Amino acid sequence: MKRLRFLWPLALFLGVVVLLFAGLGLNPREVPSPLIGKPAPAFALPKLHAPEQTIRRDDLLGKVWMLNVWASWCAPCQEEHPLVLDIAKRNLVAVYGLNYKDQGDAARRWLARLGDPYVATLVDADGRIGIDYGVYGVPETFIIDRQGQIRFKHTGPLTPDVLRTRIEPLLKELQGAG
Amino acid sequence: MIPELGHFALWLAVGVTLALGTVPLIGAQRGRADWMALARPATHVLLALILFAFFCLLASFVRNDFSVLNVASNSNSELPTMYRIAASWGSHEGSLMLWLLMQAGWAWAVAAFSRNLPLPMLARILSVMGLLTLSFLLFVLFTSNPFDRVFPVPLDGRDLNPQLQDPGMIFHPPMLYMGYVGLSVAFAFAVAALIGGNLDTQWARWSRPWTTVAWAFLTFGIALGSWWAYYELGWGGWWFWDAVENASFMPWLVATALIHSLAVAEKRGSFKNWTVLLAILGYSLALLGTFLVRSGVITSVHSFASDPARGAFILMMMGVTVAAALTLYAWRAPRIGLGARFGMLSRETMLLANNVLLIVAMAAVMLGTLYPLILDAFGLGKISVGPPYFNAVYVPIMAVLMFFMGVGPLSRWKNDSLPALAVRLRWAAGVAVVSAALTAWGSGGIGFGGFVGLLMAYWILYTVVAEIWDRVQPSAATALGGSTVWQRLGQLPRASVGMWVAHAGTAMFVFGVTMVSVYDIEKDVAMGMGESTTVRGYTFTYQGSRPVNGPNYEAIRGHLIVTRDGQQVSELYPEKRVYRVQRMPMTEAAIDTRWHGDLYVQMGEPLAQDKWLVRIWVKPFVTWIWIGCMFMGLGGIWAITDRRYRQRVTRSSTAPTGAAGAAV
Repeated sequence: MKRLRFLWPLALFLGVVVLLFAGLGLNPREVPSPLIGKPAPAFALPKLHAPEQTIRRDDLLGKVWMLNVWASWCAPCQEEHPLVLDIAKRNLVAVYGLNYKDQGDAARRWLARLGDPYVATLVDADGRIGIDYGVYGVPETFIIDRQGQIRFKHTGPLTPDVLRTRIEPLLKELQGAG
Repeated sequence: MIPELGHFALWLAVGVTLALGTVPLIGAQRGRADWMALARPATHVLLALILFAFFCLLASFVRNDFSVLNVASNSNSELPTMYRIAASWGSHEGSLMLWLLMQAGWAWAVAAFSRNLPLPMLARILSVMGLLTLSFLLFVLFTSNPFDRVFPVPLDGRDLNPQLQDPGMIFHPPMLYMGYVGLSVAFAFAVAALIGGNLDTQWARWSRPWTTVAWAFLTFGIALGSWWAYYELGWGGWWFWDAVENASFMPWLVATALIHSLAVAEKRGSFKNWTVLLAILGYSLALLGTFLVRSGVITSVHSFASDPARGAFILMMMGVTVAAALTLYAWRAPRIGLGARFGMLSRETMLLANNVLLIVAMAAVMLGTLYPLILDAFGLGKISVGPPYFNAVYVPIMAVLMFFMGVGPLSRWKNDSLPALAVRLRWAAGVAVVSAALTAWGSGGIGFGGFVGLLMAYWILYTVVAEIWDRVQPSAATALGGSTVWQRLGQLPRASVGMWVAHAGTAMFVFGVTMVSVYDIEKDVAMGMGESTTVRGYTFTYQGSRPVNGPNYEAIRGHLIVTRDGQQVSELYPEKRVYRVQRMPMTEAAIDTRWHGDLYVQMGEPLAQDKWLVRIWVKPFVTWIWIGCMFMGLGGIWAITDRRYRQRVTRSSTAPTGAAGAAV
């Protein structure tokens, strides 16, 4: 019996290997969202730069828009930020930011430093709206159509590849349809 | 032709490692001296072959041979030669070549500098290292060949990622890999001792210097990486709890635990089971880090291009290596003796506390790193764990560890009494409290976190001083010769001095971290020509900007003059660069490093005609973080020059009795 306890490290290690093997089959950036094709969850959130004003989901009905979830404490957000700026600069779509579990000052400084691509940034300080949208980790990006349905979701930083092959064609299709 | 020669050399190396991994090992089991004698020359041939292959890769980069896929993807004809050399380990494939080179280099070093090891032990160690090299060789050849050609040949390369075009890229990876791969030496020593059944104090003494050197390189490598991130990324931080950083930090924590438990194993013959396990764990975590970084299971800011095939291969490699070692452990460990007994209050207990805390810290980091993966694997959703988790969990563990770090070296081996220990510690404790309060008050206010951090820094420093005094004071009952304090100071063993230097380095590190976390000031200002702003007594005046061109980038360079009390103290030139090939915008922060803190300036966004948003930080004592790490590493290097590692040791398994030989 005493000898068995020396097998613990091996058992523990094999457990980790099984877990990692399972992880290998999963893609951390590819999240099947049950929300695709469903109406975007409702919200009424204050603006980062004008906290006395709120924006509601229904205010945005009738146009195609992009929701980019970010936070100043999130390093990958800095990585994707030039792409978001690029989207805004090229006027591909109206980009709204969702500032997730962040502090107002830090968030405003972050935008001032890196550039503000957002038509408006919504503040989700306690992450409640994030839960409704099934936010797993920042950054995440959603595209919502004129009828207020979620049409696309990307977890993790945007890449030029995703922008070119997924987002741009989708935007062309959605914006062309009206 | 050159790439093919390199590729061929790698295949020859496979043959050599096959021989090295089997013949001496079997020879050691059967007592065949001629078979065992093969080990040493085999490591020389292995190093020569891998060096050759490595130079073939370097040559392809330096000669801009864009018919090699690796060169075409990671270099460019405009790239300066220095960075073309660094680019050869900038990619996934190239970094594995560097890993192989280090692996062969360490094997060679063990063969060259272990003249006093018994032949069977050396044969087993080198065989194990040969097998480890073999697994990496197969990984390179089957999934990540750096010499693959591309057709049609591109006219020019896609250039090295601009973030990697920095002197940090030249030094950081080689240092870090020296450390990672160095842990394979401790692993090989442990496995060889398990196979041979000679896990005794002698084994601990042999593997200690190697482990310490590997630990020192790992320390340098991580510190360099952190410093590089600080000045290159331009985010003002020095540690981001990113998966890749954690991947290097976990083996460091285990290696730190290992060098301390080896001390107990060598001095007292205790903790041997545990020490072997740590040696196995250290290298396993280095492999785990490799897996995490290269398989794409975890998203990270600076991971390599990932490929599931590679991930599967590393996982298999890690599975086989570690499972074999742990099976061997489960089989052999029950027969390892327990070593000398020790009291509840003794240096052994303190070092045990150190080990437990370091392992808990490692587990906390591992949990944070793997947590997203665990939830994902069980279908519970995907999340990311940010710095808030790590800071909340990690800081308290470290504070307790720092406390023991002060007490440990002053407690006696085997058994100590609380009153006597309290006497040795009392003035260090008192002075630390006063110093911490004064420093906090002088830096702008006493807060809880700041006070505790400073208290720990001073506590470590003063306990080091107290210990030195304990050893050299005129009335000390000591093994040192000489009668005056000065004579005794000169005779302190290098192993002890190294420990004090490393511990003092930790004090500097904690001091720097505390000061910069608590008293750091950050300010964003819109600045036009001639406008100025004042941050903590420093006045920054904007002097305009102008375009400049680098070899492979275009930039706008701002100019600021910093004055204090009317005297000019510094001129700063922050830049915003666009690299021509990858069209990637980069900010180059301008940093004026001073002993008591940095002035850190970064160009933000252009607001109007020559009006820029400028971000200014004043970071007190930030450089002490890295200087402290340098002291830690140098302390380790100094400790292994101790006389007892250089002399030819005679075989004895009796542990020296505690009181006199109190050096760690």
